[in-house]
Amino acid sequence: MIVEGRIHVFGDNVTTDEIMPMHKAAATPAELAAYAMAGCDPDFPKKVKPGDVIVAGENFGAGSSRETAPLGLKGAGLGAIVAKSFARTFYRNCINQGLPILVCPDAVAAAKPGDVIRIDLESGRVDVAGRTFQAEPFPPFLLTIIRHGGNVGYARAVLAERARAAGA
Amino acid sequence: MGMTITQKILAHKAGKDRVATGEFVTVPVDLAACHDAAANVVMDTFEATGADRVFDPERVAMTMRAYVPARDPVVAQVHERMRRFARRYGIRHFFDYDGGPHGIEHVLYPAQGLIAAGDVFLNSDSHTPTAGAFGAFAPAMGWSDVGVGLALGTTWFRVPESIKVVVDGPLRPYVGGKDIVLTLIGTIGVAGATYQVLEWTGSTIRALPIEERMTICNMAVEAGAKSAIMEPDEVSQAYIASRGGRPGIVFRSDPDATYARTVSFRGDALEPVVAKPSLPDRVAPVSEVRGTKVTQVFIGTCTNGRLSDLRAAASILKGRKVARGVRLLVSPATRETYMQALKEGLVEVLMEAGATVSPASCGPCAALHSGVLGPDDVCVSTSNRNFPGRMGHPDSKVYLAGPYVAAAAAVAGAIVPPEEVAR
Ligand code: SF4
Repeated sequence: MIVEGRIHVFGDNVTTDEIMPMHKAAATPAELAAYAMAGCDPDFPKKVKPGDVIVAGENFGAGSSRETAPLGLKGAGLGAIVAKSFARTFYRNCINQGLPILVCPDAVAAAKPGDVIRIDLESGRVDVAGRTFQAEPFPPFLLTIIRHGGNVGYARAVLAERARAAGA
Repeated sequence: MGMTITQKILAHKAGKDRVATGEFVTVPVDLAACHDAAANVVMDTFEATGADRVFDPERVAMTMRAYVPARDPVVAQVHERMRRFARRYGIRHFFDYDGGPHGIEHVLYPAQGLIAAGDVFLNSDSHTPTAGAFGAFAPAMGWSDVGVGLALGTTWFRVPESIKVVVDGPLRPYVGGKDIVLTLIGTIGVAGATYQVLEWTGSTIRALPIEERMTICNMAVEAGAKSAIMEPDEVSQAYIASRGGRPGIVFRSDPDATYARTVSFRGDALEPVVAKPSLPDRVAPVSEVRGTKVTQVFIGTCTNGRLSDLRAAASILKGRKVARGVRLLVSPATRETYMQALKEGLVEVLMEAGATVSPASCGPCAALHSGVLGPDDVCVSTSNRNFPGRMGHPDSKVYLAGPYVAAAAAVAGAIVPPEEVAR
């Protein structure tokens, strides 16, 4: 699976309050897209094109566990996020929503706004500005969830397996 | 090699003799829960799994606390959907504001006897680690995780490393759980414990009442941690028993358990602190920011909205008035907290001083309902987060503090050491 798009750069400690304001938590996923990254750049939803990639510093997605943050980013068409590090709950939420999320500090250092970035999700290879980097590969268990398209697909598979076992 | 309390809980639940840090485990959950701000995503996810029932209606809880009473037609529909969901799936612990108990789950669920030692608690919220004060594994979780957990009755974890935090010695007057946890966050930073569990121990912690222990565990995620935990003892087990809860299983860390690191500090060296705008690790002693003018003071939340916090605030505010131009907002964490505060006369003390008391809820904590800040506002809040825009306008400023510092700021109109007001 390949993600390819233009880079949008953000700094360290971007919080989920900035990624998606909490008072939008009751909104539908389609409505959320209009507020993606509102706390950092209100024009982001207009600038982002399908497949574009956020490149950020340390501890991206800090704070609230609101899942409307990855939902809104996904709704805005974002293809992936590459950062130096992520806040734990945000990382887990992105996996759960099938939004690819990679740790690759070297690629972050090399990335400039507007550059094209190309990511091979299976291998973790990241190409940016003519240079190649290796992101931390996904642990096998998480790859299983990603292959199911997120945690709903994974849960459906588990329920189906249980039903089979109960019927057998 | 020994295991931490967290490893032992996860090993027990996974049916294994031992688990190593970094290992992925799938474990049954003792309680799966969500609140009204997360409910839409939780219910959407549950329905998307195709499940026709929740894994165990006796072990599911839902509470109304973010938008209470309903703030607008959108959240009113969320509340309606929650009621339909609870009826349809027979949810046993459904806390609506219809006369029964309700409020912030981190205070409400322990008070309802729903949390036990050794539990795995799956709840759609960042401040779930509060339940770690009872020796439960209660990580901060997202929302679809709970939706899936409702269907499966299980969830997965990467077994975390732990940081041992040791606090020894007696505390000085006006220093409490909030000052302890803010001091730690100021020391290790907002990402200082990413993917790790904060395991709190030491004579200071053991001497603390349960409510202050909950305040400390509450702010795990502000240090980036997955959770916080304390060994169960007479204090925590007595609280659970008094609430008709299950005895649970008491796990203790082995003396030779491995920790990512140990952070130690002296309780008697601590002073009242604040976290300056706009990150929880920008911690400074009150003396350093002394004289900072404030326009709003908020006392409440899952961090410091318990009865002991209202008592602390009232002890400063009794017989005094808030400074002109300061709005003092108080939001008890649960309906029970509110009732107890009424019966003790605390509400009268707070209102005589000038407080506006709002219904049991999260109140202004996250700009969810009321008490929202404008661009020029400076607020002292007993909550856990002071990110830009957390309480309203992105230019507003929030200082985090404990209830004594907050109450003193309301009286002085500025951040001052509590003893200056109390004397
Ligand atoms: S009081 Fe604030 S931090 Fe606590 S649960 Fe409510 S919104 Fe979250």
